[in-house]
Amino acid sequence: MTQAESRPEAARGRPPSTEERVLELQGLSKSYGAVHANSDITLHIGRGEIVALLGENGAGKSTLVKQIFGLTRPDAGRIVIKGDSTPIKDPKDAIRRGIGMVHQHFQLVPVMTVAENLILGHEPVRGGIRLDLAAARMMVRELSEKHGLAVDPDARIEDLPVGAQQRVEILKALSHRVDLLILDEPTAVLTPQETDELLGVLSELAAAGTAIVFITHKLREVLAVADRVYVLRRGRVVGTVPTDETDAARLATMMVGHDVILRVDKKPSTPGKAVLSVRDLVVRDNRRLTAVDGFSIEVRAGEIVGIAGVEGNGQRELVEAIAGMRSPLSGTVRLGDRDITRFNAADTNAAGVGHIPEDRERHGIVASYSIADNLVLNCFDSEPYSRHWIRNISAIREHAIALRAEFDIRSASIDATAGSLSGGNKQKVVVAREMAARPRLLVAAQPTRGVDIGAIELIHRRIVEARDAGAAVLLVSAELDEVLSLADRVAVIHAGKVVAELPGDLVDRAEIGRLMAGERPGVPPTDHRSDGES
Amino acid sequence: MVPLVALAAAFSVGALLIRSQGVNPAYAYESLFSYALLDGSGLTATLQKVVPLVLCGLAVAIPLRLGLFNIGGQGQFMVGAIGAAAAAYALRSAPGIVTIIVTMVVGVLAGSMWASIAGLLKAARGVHEVISTIMLNSVAGGLIDWMLNGPLADEQVPYPASHAVPGSAQLPPIGVVPIGLPVAVTLAVATAWLLRRTTIGFRFETVGRNRYAASYAGISIRTTTVVAMGIAGGCAGLSGGIELVGVEPYRYQDGIAASLGFDGITIALLARGNPIGTIPAALLVAAMRAGAPHLALDTGLRPEIVDMVLAITLLFVSLPLVVKLIFRKHAAKGSQLASSWGA
Repeated sequence: MTQAESRPEAARGRPPSTEERVLELQGLSKSYGAVHANSDITLHIGRGEIVALLGENGAGKSTLVKQIFGLTRPDAGRIVIKGDSTPIKDPKDAIRRGIGMVHQHFQLVPVMTVAENLILGHEPVRGGIRLDLAAARMMVRELSEKHGLAVDPDARIEDLPVGAQQRVEILKALSHRVDLLILDEPTAVLTPQETDELLGVLSELAAAGTAIVFITHKLREVLAVADRVYVLRRGRVVGTVPTDETDAARLATMMVGHDVILRVDKKPSTPGKAVLSVRDLVVRDNRRLTAVDGFSIEVRAGEIVGIAGVEGNGQRELVEAIAGMRSPLSGTVRLGDRDITRFNAADTNAAGVGHIPEDRERHGIVASYSIADNLVLNCFDSEPYSRHWIRNISAIREHAIALRAEFDIRSASIDATAGSLSGGNKQKVVVAREMAARPRLLVAAQPTRGVDIGAIELIHRRIVEARDAGAAVLLVSAELDEVLSLADRVAVIHAGKVVAELPGDLVDRAEIGRLMAGERPGVPPTDHRSDGES
Repeated sequence: MVPLVALAAAFSVGALLIRSQGVNPAYAYESLFSYALLDGSGLTATLQKVVPLVLCGLAVAIPLRLGLFNIGGQGQFMVGAIGAAAAAYALRSAPGIVTIIVTMVVGVLAGSMWASIAGLLKAARGVHEVISTIMLNSVAGGLIDWMLNGPLADEQVPYPASHAVPGSAQLPPIGVVPIGLPVAVTLAVATAWLLRRTTIGFRFETVGRNRYAASYAGISIRTTTVVAMGIAGGCAGLSGGIELVGVEPYRYQDGIAASLGFDGITIALLARGNPIGTIPAALLVAAMRAGAPHLALDTGLRPEIVDMVLAITLLFVSLPLVVKLIFRKHAAKGSQLASSWGA
């Protein structure tokens, strides 16, 4: 952050004139099937400017930069690079025109040295064929001095920490003439210290005139280095603001949306006994960093508790820990009187927990299985769907026929493969399966992500019905609207902790925005750039 | 469709090879198959070979359902056969029926245990099953060398060999039908049923199709890996046991395993992992193996021509698999892109 402040004031927040524009997007649209990944996106970026693309997973950020880097073609709209609107053929063409990209997953050869990686594709040679490694080393030193990115040219990539690997990746992008540097979720794999270093590097690059687009869903980073931020939601730009005219709370509110108010018909809840009790749960993510940090919550029978928060604050790890897919480091998860903390996924399910997973394609369905088989994925091992290890095909089919009608799964038949269904119908299969067993606790993670409005309504209605039938529901959603319209109680999560619990019907959105950004309840918003959230 | 195309292609290349030796390919193929399928002694030899080939085919086909490639059928067969030989020797004075049953059980367990080593290594440490099963083939070879020259050696014969199974426990063919044939066919059908109609099969298939969904559904990938390898090894081990009590000279000696384990790979791929499909595939390979010596006598071709045709078949039949693997990787990438658009 100190680096951010050392940037020349001239570069900050001043909208560049048209002549200075490095990149301009005009009405860019891109669809995958029925899903509009990008709709009519217009944005611009000038020399020396840092622009953040902020949005939840699925908001359309990656699709957008893929088009800028020539990895995929827009369906409509224009990409203008330094006044030139010729379509970008491929990444090679993009590089030639001065665009550099740092991918989320590094494109480095682990067993080669830094110098070797940097010269891949344009190796300096001596005497026609001999690789000139001395020249390569020299080039690395020059580049790293010029941009202030310290790397050892002779270090092997696999021996370097992730932050250093990323510096190499950035240097690689900068080894060509780069006017516009795109970074796709550059901080996703970094530790907090490495993140701060990266943000410093970005500021310096911008001060030297490079335009930078970086994708993130972390508010702190946006406020720390970006001049302007474009907020994307469901494939559209929902707003653009200079960072010195906004704060974390307002950004959070923009990200999770407030345009459509989905109202779900529901009676006031009549909660019974506690079904789920999570106490002091600590869970680590795949990087072994603490993602859930002393989380406690209680969900009672006949009540929907919504978890509101900006994505990446431990929601995924929390859900996986409760569902038995990830071992917590400490703390307890109780279902009624039973301690299910150490249960695996099968035992958790058998204990009465239904789980609508966040990643439908990866975890929720087996694409090559029939709908019928997908509908018994969580209960294939129990009666009546099998007896003494023998599958009861007619019971499985009857189950499928009933659920297909009940959940309005639109398919040719129950024998159609799940992979052939639309996103909304796939999700109905998952929801039907998880709710068919009448679980005591339903954990629903992003239950309506990427599905059509009809499916959203059906899924919401079913969740409320399950509640009315006495189930406890834990709802995790990146859509604030969804949380607010469904939940009887809202818990706001920030940095792996519950920062506030609020009744569902008395929620002030601005207040929730502040809480999601990590502010304490009741404290008025302050300037985040100096205050930060550390 | 793919297997038929692969076979046609392999036989065409084979025809060119035969032609290059100055022999009429049509005549050669006719000689090969008419002996193997229509001649009495040829048919006996063919059916005799079908038994271990079906079982070794199953040993590859079953793990294939989970996406595991068991290259170790050869070693599992050998360990099963030597285990059976040891059991038969230990029970040499027991009633024949007891010897037969115990011998079969020991064969199954020995092969199963051998394959489970690879399964456990995969489950515990992520050791790739192709590497571990290939290495276990070599270990099995060394182990058996030692046994045939030491504890199990029959001093009466001038080469390394185990004692012959006592006469009361030998099971010669009935007419042209070897005793193991109904066993092998039943087992192939039973395996198909296991995969399609049991929860074990459902676990196997789910792991093979989407391992993430499998672990979400509470299916232990480690356990299914070990179980599938265990069942596969059991099939190969049983085939070793049957070979010992059902085929002359009723003892373990060099060459008993021939290339059965490796032919099992060709068979499983020709059958596209379908257990029932291993039966016709095994019949084809068995006929070619059984007819090879006759072909050599009849035409002056080297019997290795059959090895070449089989090798080319394997090559062609695995091509689509390779293509599919690449394709599936792309597809997976594609769906990842699609599902994470905008991430």
